[in-house]
Amino acid sequence: MAINREEIKHLAELARLSLTAEEEERFQGQLDSVLQYINHLNEVDTKNIEPTAQVSGLTDVWRADEVNVWNRDEVESALNQGQLENRQIKVKRVL
Amino acid sequence: MLLNELTIKEARQKLDSGEITATNLTKACLAQIKKADPEIHACLLVCEDEALAAAKEADKRIKNGERGDLLGIPYLCKDIIMTKDLKTTAASKILESYVAPYDATVVKKLKDAGAVLLGKTNLDEFAHGASTENSAYGPTKNPYDLSRVAGGSSGGSAAAVAANMCIFAIGSDTGGSIRQPASFCGIVGLKPSYGRVSRFGLLSMTSSTDVIGPLAKTVYDASLILKTIAGRDNLDATSAPEAIEHYEEKISALAQETQSIKDKSLAGLKIGLPQEYFLESLSSDIATRIVETAAKLEAAGAELFTVSLPYTKYGIPVYYIITPSELSSNLARFDGIGWGLAKNEAKNLQEFYKESRGAGFGQETKRRIILGTYALSSGYYDAYYKKAQAVRTLIIQDFEKVFKQVDLLLTPTAPHPAFKIGEQVNDPLAMYLEDIFVTGASLAGLPAISVPAGTVKIIDEVGGEKTEKELPIGAQLIGPRLGEGMILKVASVLDEN
Repeated sequence: MAINREEIKHLAELARLSLTAEEEERFQGQLDSVLQYINHLNEVDTKNIEPTAQVSGLTDVWRADEVNVWNRDEVESALNQGQLENRQIKVKRVL
Repeated sequence: MLLNELTIKEARQKLDSGEITATNLTKACLAQIKKADPEIHACLLVCEDEALAAAKEADKRIKNGERGDLLGIPYLCKDIIMTKDLKTTAASKILESYVAPYDATVVKKLKDAGAVLLGKTNLDEFAHGASTENSAYGPTKNPYDLSRVAGGSSGGSAAAVAANMCIFAIGSDTGGSIRQPASFCGIVGLKPSYGRVSRFGLLSMTSSTDVIGPLAKTVYDASLILKTIAGRDNLDATSAPEAIEHYEEKISALAQETQSIKDKSLAGLKIGLPQEYFLESLSSDIATRIVETAAKLEAAGAELFTVSLPYTKYGIPVYYIITPSELSSNLARFDGIGWGLAKNEAKNLQEFYKESRGAGFGQETKRRIILGTYALSSGYYDAYYKKAQAVRTLIIQDFEKVFKQVDLLLTPTAPHPAFKIGEQVNDPLAMYLEDIFVTGASLAGLPAISVPAGTVKIIDEVGGEKTEKELPIGAQLIGPRLGEGMILKVASVLDEN
C-alpha cells in the first residue's frame, strides 16, 4: 500500500480540509492507485540531473517598487465579507 | 449564413465594409447561446447588457475609421480568468459569489482591442480535469453528441466555439486543457509557449506550466487572437520579453503563394513523428488520420521523419506530481477570510478554515491538494517533487535533442475521441491518462496546437440498438520554444477553411 488512511487524515489536517469518513476511504483507494502508478518514476536514473524549477529561462526579473493607491470603495468591495473594523477584517478566535 | 457562424476573418471584412454591425454580430451570438446552451451548458455567465454596450462602443470606433483585428468581435472567456465586476468562479463552490475586482491582462488587452465579452465559460473546477465533469455547476456536453463530454478543462470554451455561440473563445492549458477539448469538439486550440501570454489574472493552478490561449474556428483566427493577447507584462514576472510576431502574416503569405496544397509551400521543412506517441494501444483509426495529415504536409513540400522521445511515458507521472504540488500551494489562499465561501458557524479559526475549504472544494480538487501536500511534505519532497522535476529535465532534453533533427513534431492530440459523460469520472487515474500526448509540451513550455484532423467512426450501443457515429479528432503540432509562428503556418496548411 502506497498510502494509508491515517496518512490521508494527517494530510487533510495539514491542508486544512475537512473530509467525511467516506471521502477519506475513497481518496485512500484512489490516491493509492495514483501513487503506485507515479512510483514508475523510480525506474529513471536521475543521478547528476538538475531538477527543472521553471521553463521561462528568466532570472531576476525586476520592476520598480511603486505604491498604487487603490480606490477605497474598490478595496472594500473586493474584501466584501466578514466583519470590517478600522479597515481590518475580524476573524474567529485562534485559540 | 448566420452571423454567429462567421470566422474572425469573415466578420472583420464585413464589419470594416459596413455590411454588418458589431451589435448585430453580438445579438446573433447571444441568440445562439439562448437557443443552444440550455442543452450544451457551455456558459456559466452571460453578460448581455455589458456585451451590447461593448458592441455599441465598437460600432462607434469602426464608424470613426478605426481598424483592428478583433474590434467588435464577440468572444467567451473561461471562468478561471478574472473579469472585473463579473463573477469569476473557477467552476468551484468556493468562489460561487466571487466578483473579480480587476481584469486579467488578457481581458484588458481584448477590451482595449474592442473585442466584445459575451460571458464566462464552464470548466473543470480550478482546471482540474480533462472532461469538464469536475465543474461544481454540471458538465458541458459535446455539440457533436450530447451524451459525450466536451473534453477539459476548457470544455465550455471549446463547445461554445464548436456550437457557434461566439466567434472565438479564451481558455487555459496546463496539461492539455485547450488542446484536448479542441480535439474533442473539432476546432482549433493553441497552447502558446510558456510565458508568451501574461498569466496575470489567471487563477493559478500549476504555476510552472499554466498558459492562456485561444480556441478558434480556424488557424488564421487563432493567429489574430495570439497577436492581441501575447506580450511581456510587468505584472507577470514569468512573461517572455521577446517581441510578438505578426503571426497571421506568415499565413497570408502562404495562402497567396499557393493555390493548391500540392504547391511546394512547406519546402525545406522537416516534420518529426515521435514513435512513442504512436503506441500499440492507439486506435488504428486515429493513427490513420494522423498519417493522412502527415501526407497532406508532405504534399505541401515538407519532409517526414520518424523520431524518438524516449522519456515520453514519464510525462504523466511527472505532471501528476508537479501539478498537485504546485496547486496545493496555490489553493492555500482560499481560506474564506474576506472573500469566498465562509463557514461562519465554525467554532474557531482552524475549524473555519477546514470547514470552508472542505465544503467549497470539489472531489478532484481535494484529491489533488492531498496528493500535492503529500509530495511536498517533509520526508517525501526529494522522492517526489524533486525527482519529478529531475525527470522533467530529461523530458525537456528529449525535445531539445529532437529539434536539432527536425523543425516541428506531428502527433495525435488525444488517445481517443470524446468519451461518454460519466464513463471515467470515478477513475481518476484513467482520467489522468487522457493527457498522455499533451503533457510533454506543457512540461517543456513549448508551443503546441491542435487542428481538426477529420473524424473517426465509433459504434454507440443504446438499449440494444447499435448506431454508427462520426466524432472529431485533432492532430497536434509541437514546436520549439517561441515557435508559434512556425506551427501556426504549418497548421494553416491543414485548415479546411
